[in-house]
Amino acid sequence: MASTKAAGAEIKLRNSVGSFAKNAPDLATLGPVIALVLAGLFFSIKSDRFLTGGNFSLILQQVMVVGTLAIGQTLIILTAGIDLSNGAIMALGNILITKLAVDAGLNPFLAIGLGLLACTAFGLLNGGLVTTIRLPPFIVTLGTLNIAFALTHIYSNEETISDLPAALTYLGKTFNVGQTEITYGSLLMIALFGIAWCILTQTSAGRHIYAVGDNPEGARLTGIRTRRVVLTVYAVAGFIYGIASLLLVSRTGVGDPNAGQTDNLDSITAVVLGGTSLFGGRGSVAGTLLGALIVGVIRNGLQLIGTKSIYQVLITGILVILAVAIDQLARRRKA
Amino acid sequence: MRGTMDYRAPQTIDSGAPQTADSGRKDIVLEARGLVKRYGQVTCLDGCDFDLRVGEVLAVIGDNGAGKSSLIKALSGALIPDEGQILVDGEPVRFHNPTDARRYGIETVYQDLAVAPALDIATNMFLGRELRRKGPLGRYLRILDKPAMKHQAEQEMSKLKIGLRSMTSPVENLSGGQRQGVAVARAAAFAQRLVIMDEPTAALGVRETGQVLDLIRRIRDRGLPVILISHNMPNVFEVADRIHIQRLGRRAAVVLPTECTMPEVVAIMTGATSTGGPAPAGA
Ligand SMILES: Nc1ncnc2c1ncn2[C@@H]1O[C@H](COP(=O)(O)OP(=O)(O)OP(=O)(O)O)[C@@H](O)[C@H]1O
Ligand SMILES: [Mg+2]
Repeated sequence: MASTKAAGAEIKLRNSVGSFAKNAPDLATLGPVIALVLAGLFFSIKSDRFLTGGNFSLILQQVMVVGTLAIGQTLIILTAGIDLSNGAIMALGNILITKLAVDAGLNPFLAIGLGLLACTAFGLLNGGLVTTIRLPPFIVTLGTLNIAFALTHIYSNEETISDLPAALTYLGKTFNVGQTEITYGSLLMIALFGIAWCILTQTSAGRHIYAVGDNPEGARLTGIRTRRVVLTVYAVAGFIYGIASLLLVSRTGVGDPNAGQTDNLDSITAVVLGGTSLFGGRGSVAGTLLGALIVGVIRNGLQLIGTKSIYQVLITGILVILAVAIDQLARRRKA
Repeated sequence: MRGTMDYRAPQTIDSGAPQTADSGRKDIVLEARGLVKRYGQVTCLDGCDFDLRVGEVLAVIGDNGAGKSSLIKALSGALIPDEGQILVDGEPVRFHNPTDARRYGIETVYQDLAVAPALDIATNMFLGRELRRKGPLGRYLRILDKPAMKHQAEQEMSKLKIGLRSMTSPVENLSGGQRQGVAVARAAAFAQRLVIMDEPTAALGVRETGQVLDLIRRIRDRGLPVILISHNMPNVFEVADRIHIQRLGRRAAVVLPTECTMPEVVAIMTGATSTGGPAPAGA
């Protein structure tokens, strides 16, 4: 009797463990949270300036440009693509907005609109080449990276544009939360993450993006217009890069043709650290926000404790490889 | 068991030749005439005819490369034939994509399943035709009605007696048979007219195969005819009401499992004998 009882209890226990394992977020979701908490703990022990509202606001400002780029990057990577051109597209938007407003004397809002338009057009170009000529996204965006880079330098004449009208740097203005000053730009980035999260998790469009990345032929057979989904994703990503270029203007206060050169790789880093699979179909934009914050916290923390900046790059590199390795292992286990 | 099927199953052995005489018959749900599909040098459908009747399980068999998948892809809109005609309830139709066929109530379980492994069961069931929330949230913001999809998925699973409980677990965590169950349930849930299954038991063990065959019977007993592509002869003889034998891109014969032995069927399939009746049109 006692033994049957024990056996029953054991079965119950096993079941509950089983369902826990099933319901527990997997390593891809939990990993970035743990990494962020660990990094935060480490730096708050090492430096008493780390855990302050002011520093938090600073981190947000430091990640807002890359974070915004990473939203577009996430959408593209979810479709099993990759975008190498987003830093260059952003730099082009940055030069267009500032030069049109300052040199051409356009109404700043019109200049912003044209900048957004140009970035969206570049996104469309990427998407069009990927869907109609069916070139690999890696190659397409490598090409448009160079095109956007060259256009930026041709149009800017290698000159930095300053004395911007106030409207262009409005997003750099701050408001107070308690004692802490937060920029509107940081808020905009978080809002964009929120919108992207809603679309990805709560709408059919989001489901279709995942399905296209997960099993493109299967998605087509279920009636999803896969090419349209991919094209839209690249175009929307382009628009988001346009917003990133505006954030860049507001953060630096100038139009700089050489801006954002490392931001492309940083955006991929954020996506990968956030647990989104480079093979498409799995991941989340919430993870990407965490990934961007991990990069931001590590850079900021290492600066605070006075480490040479090259070590920040070193650590980010190691983290990226770690994240991709985890993704690979997880896939191999499931296959 | 057989007796109850026989009243649905047509009486004679069709050899493919008299199908034009059948055209316009009331009990033909889906018909194809002279389908041709070429890929460069390869002709994978070479004047293929086909008919599916009310309430039957029609097995389509044939050697590898005989054009079975191509035939059902044409019937389900996944492939556009170069020539030929498809008729639904006697009406000529044109399918440009799977969605077109689906509008006619034709649902397909493809050979490679067409599920998205990373997405959960409920999502896969409703992929491409998600339910939206009622009211402005659904209409303007296109917000998904996840609880409703989950609920309906559960209902469908229990109706078909597929033992899957958690609709929120990713499909990749399921066994092969369970994945098959998801794909079949998706087709059964939405099919208004008929269900097509391309080798649904190919990757399954004995027990799971039995479950899928049961599923096929249950779907037929709901009143939906089923087209079953299979290489497994015993399975075919077990569930099929009629057998369409595909050979070299066309219909070689249609036989009744009650009036034919497996060796005879294999002989027709491989071309060892002619069709046993009048020669197929154009052969
Ligand atoms: N997209 C394609 N491009 C070129 N040839 C194709 C294509 N699809 C099918 N074929 C060819 O058409 C022929 C018929 O293929 P199909 O897949 O219809 O055969 P099947 O009867 O389903 O075979 P299996 O039993 O192996 O599933 C084969 O010779 C195949 O190589
Ligand atoms: Mg096949």
